[in-house]
Amino acid sequence: MKPLVLRRRRNKKQYKPILKSAKSWPVVQMAKKRNEFIQLVVEESYENLLEERRGKSLREELETTIFREKQRAKNNPWKVDPKDDKEFWSGMQHKLMEVDAYPEDEQEAGQKSILKEILSRYGNEIAGNFNPSHYSVAKAVVTIGFGRLLNVARVKGPWSIFSNQLDLDDKIHVKGEIDQLRKLAKIGTIVMVPTHYSNLDSVLIGWVIQHLGLPPFIYGAGLNLFNLKIFAYFMNSVGAYKVDRRKKNPLYLEALKSYSTTAIREGCHSLFFPGGTRSRSGKVEKQLKLGLLGTAIEAQRQIMQSDEKPENSKIFIVPMTLHYHFVLEAPSLINDYLRIKGREKYYRERDEFTSSYKISKFLMKFFTKGSDISVSIGKALDVVGNYVDENGNSIDNKGKEIDLEDYFKSHGEITEDRQREQEYNRILGKKIVQEFHRINRGFSSHLVAFTAFKYLEKIHPSLDLYSLLRLSDEDLIISYSAFRDEFSKNLRILKEKKEAGELGLADHMYLDIDDVVKHGVKNLGMYHAMLPAVWTKSGDLKIQDMNVLYYYHNKLVGYDIELSK
Amino acid sequence: MTSSSASDLVGVIGAGSFGTAVANILAEKSDVLLYVRDAEKAEEIRTSRLSSSQRIEDNIEITSDISEIGNRCEVIFPVVPSANFRAMIEDLAPHLKPYHVLIHGTKGLDVNVPDHKKGEPLTRKEVKTMSEVIRELTPVLRVGCLAGPNLATEIAERQPAASVVASHFEEVIDIGQKLLKSDRFMIYGSNDLIGIELCGVLKNIIAIGSGAVSGMGLGGNTRSLLISRGMVEMIYIGNALGGNTKAFLGLAGVGDLIATCTSNLSRNFTVGYRLAKGETLQEIIESMEEVAEGVNTIRIIKDLAQTYNIRVPITETLDKIMKGEMTVEDSHNYFMKFPFRAEIDFME
Repeated sequence: MKPLVLRRRRNKKQYKPILKSAKSWPVVQMAKKRNEFIQLVVEESYENLLEERRGKSLREELETTIFREKQRAKNNPWKVDPKDDKEFWSGMQHKLMEVDAYPEDEQEAGQKSILKEILSRYGNEIAGNFNPSHYSVAKAVVTIGFGRLLNVARVKGPWSIFSNQLDLDDKIHVKGEIDQLRKLAKIGTIVMVPTHYSNLDSVLIGWVIQHLGLPPFIYGAGLNLFNLKIFAYFMNSVGAYKVDRRKKNPLYLEALKSYSTTAIREGCHSLFFPGGTRSRSGKVEKQLKLGLLGTAIEAQRQIMQSDEKPENSKIFIVPMTLHYHFVLEAPSLINDYLRIKGREKYYRERDEFTSSYKISKFLMKFFTKGSDISVSIGKALDVVGNYVDENGNSIDNKGKEIDLEDYFKSHGEITEDRQREQEYNRILGKKIVQEFHRINRGFSSHLVAFTAFKYLEKIHPSLDLYSLLRLSDEDLIISYSAFRDEFSKNLRILKEKKEAGELGLADHMYLDIDDVVKHGVKNLGMYHAMLPAVWTKSGDLKIQDMNVLYYYHNKLVGYDIELSK
Repeated sequence: MTSSSASDLVGVIGAGSFGTAVANILAEKSDVLLYVRDAEKAEEIRTSRLSSSQRIEDNIEITSDISEIGNRCEVIFPVVPSANFRAMIEDLAPHLKPYHVLIHGTKGLDVNVPDHKKGEPLTRKEVKTMSEVIRELTPVLRVGCLAGPNLATEIAERQPAASVVASHFEEVIDIGQKLLKSDRFMIYGSNDLIGIELCGVLKNIIAIGSGAVSGMGLGGNTRSLLISRGMVEMIYIGNALGGNTKAFLGLAGVGDLIATCTSNLSRNFTVGYRLAKGETLQEIIESMEEVAEGVNTIRIIKDLAQTYNIRVPITETLDKIMKGEMTVEDSHNYFMKFPFRAEIDFME
């Protein structure tokens, strides 16, 4: 008998690359002129730092920075750190002491030269090493490699490794404003701002970007990811630059911002995770880290101010949400979240995503078994948060076309006003959060977790979060009929909210109610060692891991589902 | 930033008593374009040079064409009653560009309930401050408000006074200061836009209460009791609606509260006073030339307080009096028995 084979869908859309030659990719241009580029970054951050003194003298700023960097190199060294890390900072300390011995009128020049030296080191640390041929390799690994694995697992038989029946795009659904994104990427610079749940997000986004025929985006990846050779290779090859979260001194932050501003200004499509780190609670981001987002605004204003205004120089902010039934790091993320929330204490950046074995095991599961993933691409915004039309024109709330330059004008002239731009940044951040909620897609598994958690909360009204999470086993069985009632009510509310444009829903949410529940329970955190929820023999629901249940429940928090009738 | 040249035309929308007073203050430094909606009234002001019984400065030009305000002025001061604010902004919006700066002087709230939500409890989403209305309907981001103890009559008499310009944008505060400041009018700045707006809005409730106290013939002790408890109530509501406590302790909060609660020049005070003298709300409103914002504010805040479960004894009592469900005499007894616990519990 012939084995049963999944039929390949024929209506799959293929996206042609929007730029034919890799040489014309902005990121390739940037990599070619790497040194020149770093020089630009150093100059710009140097100017900015000298201009903005926050009530500290340059000497104090340097002293604190060097002291903290020495501490870091001693107490929290990482594999990826440069070999001469300690020597460099001791050297800087020596120089600073030497400068102190200079005659007074020469001290400032000495301090400035130290500042430049530090910035130049930071610039080199941050800059990526994009390499087009590595990019092709990484791309091939992701698409072909995982495509093959997928076929082995789903299309049975030893020869299926050569089968083409299933591709990644069978697994990953990309929805939303794809055509607009492709069009705008040709006429301007894209700054993609996705939600952030997992370290794998960047791999996923990398795949989405090339799938849509877009040239590579640069993005700031946590330096901890570069500790792992395989990740380092991948990150470098996709144009990642390095963000070291251990370094929080103003010099470093300024260098980082200048790097991003310069890259965007020069037309490199960029990617920020505006939530900063992965969402520990599992909630859709509410508070954004505005620092890097501000660089898009600054770059836009700089472009407007430049004498020869290049064509196609508008910057477009494109929100994107990623949806998983399963987040590998959920258990550790939610535990961190609960610990931090429990007592707000200093939290040291840890690096828990270290084992290559753990990752490869996960990747195997991820790419070979069920559990679909979807990605929503939102409508593009200008840098102050207005929607733009398909030609990139800014449109106000009433549908009127407006001139973005006017936002930067005072008395008819474009002016540089940092406080104004900070405020625009806050407004843009708010708008992105709104868009996240609007384009986010509800999954069956999230609604199972949401309903179960809210149900337990409802029948134990006097318990606070922490007591709720510590319910004993016998309290963790939920009768199916009670659960089903709540679930169907919540599903109805979600569908109403979808109609009102408040969020999106996965297609599987439109199955029969019992099937949606089954689908949800089956997929809820499906590869965790301990499944968050399982069926009992009598057909009721048993919650096995409250923390993780709470995590997935959080994905639907913020829609006031519990307040609706 | 380039410096503001004196010839820049400044727009004012609304020729009520406060709008006129603002136009006159601005006219000391800049040429002013004053918008009067009604063409006939505009003509009358143009010829008589009198608006709301105030003489207007020579460099104030009158128009009843709203597009002129948008096209000719970069900085605009809308000062119209909250009930007309939304409609006015709708008319103005097509003529606004992102370079405009709007600083409003309206001390009321906007309620806009979409059809499908009618009958449901009123929430903050449906209640907007004037700056939020501007943000909703126009592309303008640089928005501010003007609030403080500014009884129009006293300003018209050129008595010294001060006010607060609040905005999230330093540049808006700077512009407001530059345009309004003079040796008899001082301008403070604040970045708590919502807080300052709410100060101006909420103090009108207490002003009506204070008028009622006076109308009942009660003296300083009772009034002080009402003002200080009123202040606490304002802070509770203000915090719930997104303002910071700090705003309420300044000129726009306690300052404006004292002015409106102790002066019979205040319209809101007058409403309370006449209620206590036995007139009905209907009679009072019909006989007044300009709107007393507090009447509407009391209704809105009472509904919001119900939705969010905030204790607002003064607002509730006044609402009952206005509806005729309680007499002023009864309210007095009711209020004195109201169980207050700690006197001040909003400060850490």
